[in-house]
Amino acid sequence: MSYLEYSVKTVPAGLRKVLHLNWPLVLLLTAVASVGFLMLYSVAGGSFEPWAGPQMKRYILGLVLMFMVAMVPIWFWRNLSVVAYLLSIVLLVVVEFFGSVGMGAQRWIDFGFVRLQPSELMKFTLVMLLAAYYDWLPIRKTSGILWVIIPVIMILLPTAMVLTQPDLGTALLLVFGGGLMMFLAGVHWAYFATVFAAGIGGIATVLKSRDTDWQLLKDYQFRRIDTFIDPSSDPLGAGYHITQAKIAMGSGGWTGRGFMQGTQSRLNFLPEKHTDFIFNTLAEEFGFVGAVSLLILYVLILVFCITSALQNRDRFSSLLILGVGLTFFLYFAVNMSMVMGLAPVVGVPLPLVSYGGSAMLVLMVAFGLVQSAHIHRPR
Amino acid sequence: MRRTPRDSAESVRKISRRGVMLGGLQLGFAGVLAARMQFMQVEQADEFRLLAEENRINLRLIPPARGQIFDRNGLIIAENAPSYRITIVREDAGDVADVIARLSTLIELDEDELNRALTEMNRSAPFLPITVADRVSWEDISRVAVNAPALPGVTPEVGLSRHYPMTTAFAHVAGYVGPVSERDLARYEDPEPVLRIPRFQIGKVGVEAKYEEILRGRAGAKRVEVNAVGRVMRELDRREGEEGADLQLTIDGRLQDYVRARLGEESASVVVMDLEHGDILAISSSPAYDPNKFVRGISVEDYGMLRDNDHRPLASKTVQDAYPPGSTFKMVTAMAALEAGVIGPEETVWCPGHLEVGGRRFHCWKRAGHGHMNLEASMRESCDVYYYDLALKVGIENIAAMSRRLGLGVAHDLPMSAVTSGLIPDKAWKLRERGSSWVIGDTVNVAIGQGYVLTSPLQQAVMTARLATGRSISPRLVRSIDGVETPSQGGESLDLNENHLRWIRRAMFSVSNNRRGTGYGSRIAEEAFRMAGKSGTSQVRNISAAERARGVINNNDLPWNRRDHGLFVNFAPFDNPKIAVSVVVEHGGGGSSAAAPINRDVTLQALYNGNPPLSAYPSKDHERIKAQQEQLSRERQIPDPDGPSRA
Repeated sequence: MSYLEYSVKTVPAGLRKVLHLNWPLVLLLTAVASVGFLMLYSVAGGSFEPWAGPQMKRYILGLVLMFMVAMVPIWFWRNLSVVAYLLSIVLLVVVEFFGSVGMGAQRWIDFGFVRLQPSELMKFTLVMLLAAYYDWLPIRKTSGILWVIIPVIMILLPTAMVLTQPDLGTALLLVFGGGLMMFLAGVHWAYFATVFAAGIGGIATVLKSRDTDWQLLKDYQFRRIDTFIDPSSDPLGAGYHITQAKIAMGSGGWTGRGFMQGTQSRLNFLPEKHTDFIFNTLAEEFGFVGAVSLLILYVLILVFCITSALQNRDRFSSLLILGVGLTFFLYFAVNMSMVMGLAPVVGVPLPLVSYGGSAMLVLMVAFGLVQSAHIHRPR
Repeated sequence: MRRTPRDSAESVRKISRRGVMLGGLQLGFAGVLAARMQFMQVEQADEFRLLAEENRINLRLIPPARGQIFDRNGLIIAENAPSYRITIVREDAGDVADVIARLSTLIELDEDELNRALTEMNRSAPFLPITVADRVSWEDISRVAVNAPALPGVTPEVGLSRHYPMTTAFAHVAGYVGPVSERDLARYEDPEPVLRIPRFQIGKVGVEAKYEEILRGRAGAKRVEVNAVGRVMRELDRREGEEGADLQLTIDGRLQDYVRARLGEESASVVVMDLEHGDILAISSSPAYDPNKFVRGISVEDYGMLRDNDHRPLASKTVQDAYPPGSTFKMVTAMAALEAGVIGPEETVWCPGHLEVGGRRFHCWKRAGHGHMNLEASMRESCDVYYYDLALKVGIENIAAMSRRLGLGVAHDLPMSAVTSGLIPDKAWKLRERGSSWVIGDTVNVAIGQGYVLTSPLQQAVMTARLATGRSISPRLVRSIDGVETPSQGGESLDLNENHLRWIRRAMFSVSNNRRGTGYGSRIAEEAFRMAGKSGTSQVRNISAAERARGVINNNDLPWNRRDHGLFVNFAPFDNPKIAVSVVVEHGGGGSSAAAPINRDVTLQALYNGNPPLSAYPSKDHERIKAQQEQLSRERQIPDPDGPSRA
């Protein structure tokens, strides 16, 4: 069956595609982004400047990009997977040499109108490439050792580059995201069991490397681990941030202290309150009710992604949707764990809510792909 | 391009199965997150809420206004005067160096203070005001205020600072305040938080120190909301503190000021005591220092000058110095003998000029001897042999007991620093402190107030007061606290025989009013105010055998610091005693010449409540006293109500 054959009659064409968009997903994304606007407005002390306004403009731009990407048939994007991946790799190399340094790590390229973080892009192009790879690979070869090594290299290459920036958070997201893509594609259980065992060994090795000549992580990364295990060990340094974040979160109580009434964020006790720790402001001002509501919105987005993927009989589309959903999940799960003291502080933003340009645009493009796969699914 | 069927049953099933599995895991993790939220925001909410409140709410102390100190007539001795300082807020100033340069063209800035301020500024938060000039004059403040637009971030501030308007007159009485030191903090078990306020001042010496808790009051507090860097966002509520209580002293400021002027640069002490309640009307140690200098933080040079001065301006000689009382002790010896019944007033003792005791010869000051001496004559002419004889009859233990009854050898409870108990020796004391037993010669020395016996000018005044009243009168320095009068120290009867007391008083009267009395030169002419007194001379040097052989050297031939101390005590008026006065002039020579004139002047000032008319003095002194009154009126801070003289 040629792709012309499986698409022409059944797939909507022209403007009719708009009707076939996954509209609930669009609404959910907008709802989450709106929570972001509200909180950015609040942490700025009741002002659209400097964060809420630009964030809204970027969201609208993101929405436009999403629609544009969604209009293009999914097979077109599939064929671009390799190019997108390679482009991301090139950008990672560029950022290594010409990137601007922020927070001690080389992370972004300044294009003037937007600061692009190639590592953000990489998360989704990797998903695309792996989906395309397993779409191309005959199913019976999926668990062949050679065919397992190839995607592993695809994952580890950008991971290694991101680690040198160094950006532990993104590196972990890449490994987990990529690994779970392979799992979804049907790679044999045994591989995962092996990697899991090796991972435990690896962590042990990394921890052991501390204060030796071959130390594998930077000192500040080790300190973050220490702080995570016992925030009070460093109450005025890194531990201060997580302690204050937890206070903000917990002091919200059931219904919160009221919009723009959060003392922890308003009086600047809360660090990075417009980026990594924005969830704490929400939790402080809207309490348990507000925090769980946002979590439910996130979960609904996931549910719509998974439903859409399971309905889709195209292997690439299905893998891609699940992959994007998974990456999205990893984003908010890691961020929330981190700000609630369940995980070390690794610098992962809260998707669509945290202030940040490229993360939001890249995410919207990724959801554009999800929409495209949804519209152009075989019927 | 190769196309294979994508929708094969197997592949779809596999993705479905693992997709659902993974989706389930994701939902499960979301459940964990929700549980965590529930734990933190519902279960632990109260704890975290408390922590958030602790974060944002700061307790700030409001220092209380210190109580004021007045004299018995309401004259201010210690007050809180406005003091001006100039502060800079770094974040408002912008270019701090530029602003300071402009400021220094307007007012004089102290180099050290400025450097300290700049260091402090760099260390502290940018919104905190830092003092760059303290205690600036009102003119400087006005100049800064007028130029305010050119001085961003510069604020003239007004605070309260302790001020002693009478300067030196009350230095040793009121004392002074100063910043809290580590040593001050160490004195308290649990120092009040207000003591930790920078620049907070507490009493260091004198009444300021002794009544610190009462004068200080209680700090108020305000709760303020602060942000993460400590900037105050708003005040939430405040609890006003309690101002310190005012103290009223028993001292008569006008008399105290007169005494200060009268003593001049002499190294001397004067205590004037009222005989009704024991009120200290004047207590002055000369020379004194200006306590205001200590409040400001005295310079090293100034302090060095005070410390190295051989007239010891820092010492509160009236209460902390003890001198051999010399012949002023003879009343004690006589009273002990009369009470013990070993001698009567008219019994005589033969004075050949010396007495042999235990193989040692004890001289009378008069080498030729006084001849037959009774009580009055021996007191009047200060015969030593009479009292040697008395002491041998009555014994040291009786003398020591009488001394204590008369207020010697005990530290009186006066709110001044380092009040001494003096020393009244007895057998037990000598064995304990000197490790040798009492010898009869010691008793003989004590009889005339030499040897081991030491008394302070205050104790001398108390002794005189008790002899004059027959009551166990004690000194009272604080008349009322916060308007509540303190108990009278008039005392109970001493249970001394009234006749014995009368004989002693009579003998003292004779000292001042009998032509042969040692104090006759300094008598009071006004009949109603005549005084009764006793002179004393306390030897500073040991008289060597060679000197003794040559006879007494004239005091004026000796270097100042080896001359005798002159003492004189008196009470007046003789017929109706109202006050007791004790004077010690260090290295002034004999008591009748150095101290007695001061006693007379001070007594008359106190009894007349101002400058006495010249008629109160014997006519031969009129010229001299007139000149003296005119000179003193220029040196006094509180002018006499009726001009220099009423004569």
